[in-house]
Amino acid sequence: MDPNTRQRIETLVASSPVVVFMKGNKLMPQCGFSNNVCQILNALAVPFETFDVLSDPEVRQGIKEFSDWPTIPQVYVQGQFMGGSDILIEMYNSGELLEKITIALA
Amino acid sequence: MVQPDQVKDAIRLVMPDAHVEVEDLTGGGDHLQVKVVSTAFAGLSKVKQHQLVYGALRSELASEAIHALALTTTSPAT
Repeated sequence: MDPNTRQRIETLVASSPVVVFMKGNKLMPQCGFSNNVCQILNALAVPFETFDVLSDPEVRQGIKEFSDWPTIPQVYVQGQFMGGSDILIEMYNSGELLEKITIALA
Repeated sequence: MVQPDQVKDAIRLVMPDAHVEVEDLTGGGDHLQVKVVSTAFAGLSKVKQHQLVYGALRSELASEAIHALALTTTSPAT
């Protein structure tokens, strides 16, 4: 990954307490897994920012190297990589997600 | 697309004790639901557990032979 892309990703990850790299956006997710993550965060009624990787091939590829995670969506809370759709669903069901995000927003 | 046995073999190369269930969600061989039970997951975060499985399937994911992978990882019940 070139240093410019890494720098841009670091800036995006730090831009908000909860950041989602996804396909499409909140209003029009372009993938079922990305939609899952948005629905979960909407259900928790927490604010979050999204970045549409379909709009930027360098970030789309770079974010996979950044987190050593091969799939989209990717969720970051306070700059820390939380996981993708499956892990978010598990964390939502266990209550851990709300706990983590509540702390991040405090 | 991949065959379920290819997925099982690739995961067992990294985690020989793994019990792997593969479900083909669409019949197309590229949207898979995979459940893995292995002692290798003990003490690891969910992210690290999934990274172990993703690592085992790196080439299949990179080539998009597997397009979508729903993953569940657990340690064996004690």
